[in-house]
Amino acid sequence: MLIGQDLIRADGPAKVTGQARYVDDVRPDGCLYGFTVRSPWAHARIDGIELDPDFDWTDITVCTAADIPGENVVALMTDDQPVLADGVVRHVAEPVALVAGPDRDRALAASHHVRVAYTPLTPLMDPEVSAGNAHRIFRDDNVYSRITVEHGEAERVLAETDTVITGTYRVGLQEQLYIEPQGMMAIPRADGGVTLFGSMQCPYYIVKALKRVLGHDDLNVVQAVTGGGFGGKEEYPSIVAAHAAVLALKAGRPVKLIYRRDDDLRATTKRHPAIMHYRVAVDRATGKLQAAHVKLLFDGGAYNTLSPVVNSRAVLHALGPYACPHVKVEGLMVATNTPPNGAFRGFGAPQVMFAAERHMDRIARELGRSPLELRRLNLYQDGDVTPSGQRLVDVGATQVLELALKEAEAGLPASGVPDRAGGGGAAARVAPGRGVAIAWHGCGFTGNGEAALKGQADVAIEGDRVVIYTASTDIGQGTDTIFPAIVAEVLGISVDRVANADHDTATVPDSGPTVASRTAMVVGGVVKQAAEKLLAALQAEVGAEGAFDDLLAQRKSAAPLRVRAQYRDDLGLVWDPATYRGDAYPTYGWACVIVDVDVDLDTGEVLYRRLVSATDVGKALNPVLCTGQLEGGALQGLGYATCEEVVLDDQGGMRNNRLTNYIIPTALDAPEMVTALVEIPFSGGPFGAKGIGEIPHDVPAAAVAQAIEAACGAVLDRLPMTPERVLAALQES
Amino acid sequence: MRIGFTLNGGEVAVDALPMARLLDVLREDLRVTGTKEGCGEGECGACTVLIDGRAVNACLVPVVQVQGAAVTTVEGLAAPEGRLHPVQAAFLTHGGAQCGICTPGFLVAAAELLAHTPRPTRPQVREALAGNLCRCTGYQKIVDAVVEALATEAGA
Ligand code: FES
Ligand code: FES
Repeated sequence: MLIGQDLIRADGPAKVTGQARYVDDVRPDGCLYGFTVRSPWAHARIDGIELDPDFDWTDITVCTAADIPGENVVALMTDDQPVLADGVVRHVAEPVALVAGPDRDRALAASHHVRVAYTPLTPLMDPEVSAGNAHRIFRDDNVYSRITVEHGEAERVLAETDTVITGTYRVGLQEQLYIEPQGMMAIPRADGGVTLFGSMQCPYYIVKALKRVLGHDDLNVVQAVTGGGFGGKEEYPSIVAAHAAVLALKAGRPVKLIYRRDDDLRATTKRHPAIMHYRVAVDRATGKLQAAHVKLLFDGGAYNTLSPVVNSRAVLHALGPYACPHVKVEGLMVATNTPPNGAFRGFGAPQVMFAAERHMDRIARELGRSPLELRRLNLYQDGDVTPSGQRLVDVGATQVLELALKEAEAGLPASGVPDRAGGGGAAARVAPGRGVAIAWHGCGFTGNGEAALKGQADVAIEGDRVVIYTASTDIGQGTDTIFPAIVAEVLGISVDRVANADHDTATVPDSGPTVASRTAMVVGGVVKQAAEKLLAALQAEVGAEGAFDDLLAQRKSAAPLRVRAQYRDDLGLVWDPATYRGDAYPTYGWACVIVDVDVDLDTGEVLYRRLVSATDVGKALNPVLCTGQLEGGALQGLGYATCEEVVLDDQGGMRNNRLTNYIIPTALDAPEMVTALVEIPFSGGPFGAKGIGEIPHDVPAAAVAQAIEAACGAVLDRLPMTPERVLAALQES
Repeated sequence: MRIGFTLNGGEVAVDALPMARLLDVLREDLRVTGTKEGCGEGECGACTVLIDGRAVNACLVPVVQVQGAAVTTVEGLAAPEGRLHPVQAAFLTHGGAQCGICTPGFLVAAAELLAHTPRPTRPQVREALAGNLCRCTGYQKIVDAVVEALATEAGA
């Protein structure tokens, strides 16, 4: 059995020896280096673009909107975003022009000599006044998405119940901070086409976008080894690719566009900030939730990107893993003149999960019950119905909670408090505290998304090897290791004989994007089907049954044998996107986090001791890869909780756009982690696997907030919980 | 200016501006690209190399400083016949690398620790690696790998 074993990752040897080739490690002959000229204004008219006559432009290629061969549009959900601003800029750091030169320094120098004349206009920066504002950014009302999910009669029950608890929760922007910045190379081919090679999650997004930009489809997209994505390389690389391609076609040479860190931080998408209002009716005697009305407001920034889908996921997850008979959730996603926000691990869920869990703490406080007891009373059980009307089966909520509690008690020192991960004794005045939070996360696309997309995968016999063709990229999470294990398991052969073809759109089918915790669970299932189909095809060809290798030996033809499988909708999900009623997700993951912190009472700093998590993963296909993702996601969640703050200037530009001042946790800041797994198999996933990529990010922030409150009484309802905010809350408590 | 140094055991010489970053000389002039750039300002550690056995950020070092020195990059950690350094082997078994972009820097920093500190505790490992950022792993498996590599080394 290969499934469930810690197979060493396929790309591991290359990665530990420095042989793995990321986009910036590759340099074709004659390659030029690009740089992007960006708007300094949140909103302005472009009056003209001129080249400084005193600068030597002989070896420099410059492109503006006029140089785009096809349409000036980044094709995604709507066609609102231009590849290069034309006449007007709508956010700071918006791309206005492109330059390419023989080396990075020349390109950078040239960028300073592109003179753009602007007339600044008054921007709209406040999402709370955006919807319907006379200042139009998007269509006629600035609304990217408005979704209501309703079950029962929330308003009536809220009006009739004595105990109604209200609260408002706010979260800020968060940067994905993949350690490899955005990067793409465009290589004009001798046959007139163009190849894009770079750092990305979704090769076919780039194909779709570039067809429009180039005005033809003679292009292929190849994923380079990619240094992290977390959603940040879902849709944004289409822009980088379009820029590189436009430059390369004009220059007639390969062009490499690698973002500098400061540029990446200022320009690229981030997690959507949100303001979230909760009103929940509770039965004082039983502690049971009776009704809830939730209003969510998200700032999408100046272009739509994928914001409607973020709103959708947020609305569907807004109540957390708790049963409530009457629910109304309204989500609103609006435009402002700030850099567009986009995909980031969790996709709206981390925001609402913080609010939902904080609101449970508030209810517990007002009812005088323990937060843990209140959760136990209300956690989803089998047969409960979600706000969209989905009847839940195989609910793991209680199991992850009880397992995490058990793990958290194991191996504690006599003090009852785990040691600091980074060592060191207690500072003069610290207070220890523990917090517990629980989350659910819908795995895969919402509703009938998979049935509509019909993701494909091929598996082929090539000589004595088997090759897998998918567009599902490995961005560190281990796809290129998991898929071969699935195929080898089905065929009964050694995993060394199964390889992944390059993720090159010239040869791989469209498996759908590498997003939404869907790769192992959904595409892995399609790969498994393809392997089963291959075995059947081989049996048919040789006219016999038996083991794969015996059949292979009987094969007369040496030609490759390749089969294709496509997503099959066996689950019978019923979903109505017009009403948001029905089976919102094929299945749900469940996770609990217990975190031990020290709050420094003098500085307000929060230090982490230990993080225990228990997660229902369906089936851990490769436990090391699985727990590794869970741990990485948990630490991103801790960063979201306390240290990651995007500070904006008056134009909406990121002021702390460097790693010296946008702080992510180091090995010293991170706690020791205990990562426990629950495996409640999902019938629709390969070998029972569920999606796990996003759920670890959903939980920690709320657990930390509760731990701070337990430690020192400070109540924080806003992320990040910086030392200043902790101190201020401490003074109020 | 002509600058000569030892790179992963072999002599190299390049013509470079004295203030050129060692990182660029390695990656662009010598085409030894295992050393990565994550920030260019000494914060992420993706560019960590050893100069005469000491871990430094190659994005902050002017190449003139390595004149005559011994520079080791991730490509130089394995034995010449290809046997992995214990910390490389431990990263494979423990899942210390995910996307891998931070991995060369961590391996080099860990190799330095291994050379100087015989039996570090987990907090000491965290301390030694605090100049290297990883966004994928949460560091747990990196610390596990380094502790295990040190155990192997100590036992060898
Ligand atoms: S690139 Fe040198 S420390 Fe980040
Ligand atoms: S493995 Fe991706 S940043 Fe460390």
